[in-house]
Formats: sequence, structure tokens, C-alpha cells
Amino acid sequence: MGLPMKIRATSKDGVTEVKVLMNHVMETGLRKDPSGELVPALFINEVTAKLNDKVVMQAQWGPAVARNPYLAFKVRGGKSGDKVSIAWKDTSGDTRTDEATII
Amino acid sequence: MNLRYQASRRGFLRLTGFFGLATSALALAPRLALAAWNKAAFETKSLADAYKALGVESPIASGDVQLSVPEIAENGAVVPVEAISKIPNTTQISFMVEKNPTTLTAQFDLGPDTLPEISTRLKMAETSNVIALVKADGKFYMAKKEIKVTLGGCGG
Repeated sequence: MGLPMKIRATSKDGVTEVKVLMNHVMETGLRKDPSGELVPALFINEVTAKLNDKVVMQAQWGPAVARNPYLAFKVRGGKSGDKVSIAWKDTSGDTRTDEATII
Repeated sequence: MNLRYQASRRGFLRLTGFFGLATSALALAPRLALAAWNKAAFETKSLADAYKALGVESPIASGDVQLSVPEIAENGAVVPVEAISKIPNTTQISFMVEKNPTTLTAQFDLGPDTLPEISTRLKMAETSNVIALVKADGKFYMAKKEIKVTLGGCGG
């Protein structure tokens, strides 16, 4: 199971804004370690966002999303107390899902 | 039946039960089509090849695709980008970095209630054009801006 991410979800005028900070190395496979060996690629390639158990966004990523990925998006609907969940899967098959309550 | 047979049969049933549960979870199809990761598209090494892999013919340059990026990125490892589409029925927003080792960096499929705006952070290997590609009503639109990179961020 991957490392936890930080999710902040706020609702205003019927629109929920979600900001996510994930914890992941996002290795491109092009970086060399101090001994000169290539560090193998390891990056999040699938992301799913849900608002109250309904999928509202899905993403496919490559290795060039920055380390510790940041993501912000907005969804119509959702109100204080509702749930947002973000799930990711990486190229090793590791996964992580975290939930946040909308403020 | 001896105990060893019982244990292995129990283990086998447990295993098939788990797979049964996993496949039934996959059958609960979400409203957004659960597309498998498009590995080929994420391995393309030029804008033309990336467009081809995504089935994009000639995206229309549009002022309605608003791409906000810094003019200069001190650190190519973390470059903030934001795309806002003013085009109705936008269903997908993608970011491409023309001179990266692989051009396509991220693709976002948006549900009907999701606003057509995405902010994220990308890695850039060197000074390059960044492209926001928008899909709306099955057609493709784009905007591009150059970001000067002081210190390249792909680790090469």
C-alpha cells in the first residue's frame, strides 16, 4: 500500500474544489543513482477521483508528472460533509486510496 | 481425507473466492469508461507521434484553451501548469511537453459534472513548449506556451 496523500476538499456556491498532494517518487527510469546505475521507472499511472462514490475524474499519467504529485480540480455538486476519495495505482501495481470530508 | 488435502482445498477455495470478488468489483462499471493505461501513448517521443497514438488528427489552436504556466521554471523537476477550457462539452484535458523524452505527460478524463480545469505539476527536461490538449464533442483543440527551464528536471 502506498504512502498516504493529503486531500483538501472545500465547497462553495455549489462547486467543490479538491486539492491533492500525493506522496510518490515518480521515478522516470532515466535517473542514475550515485553509483551510476539507472533507477528503474516507478510512477503513478492511473488516478481515480470520486465524489460520494461516483467517479468524477480519471487520469492516466506518465513519468513526467512531478514527484509528490499535486492535483487540483473542481466538481459541480458536493456539499459540506460529503466525501471525496482519490485512488492511485502505480507501475509496480501498488495502490493507495484516501478519503476526505468536504469542508 | 487427510488433513493436508483439506488444507490445500481450503486454500484453493479461498483463492478462487478472492478472484471471484475481484472480478465482480470490476463489473461495477463506473460512469466514466475505465480505459486501461495507454502505455504506447505515454512512450511516444514527439508531438506528432503522441497525437497519432491518441487518435488526434489536427488539433485546432484555440484561445478558448487557457494555459497558465510560468515563463521561466527555475526547477524543471516541478513546473506548475494549469489548463482551463472554455469550450462547451469538454471531456478530456491533456498536457504534453514537446521536448521531454516522452511527450505525453498526463491525461485527465472528466465526468459530466467536473469543471474543465486542471492544475498539476510536471517535470520538464529542458526549455520546451508545453501543450494543453482539450477534447470536446469528439474534436481536439490546443494551446501552447514555451517555458524556459533553467535546471532540467527529468534526471537524465
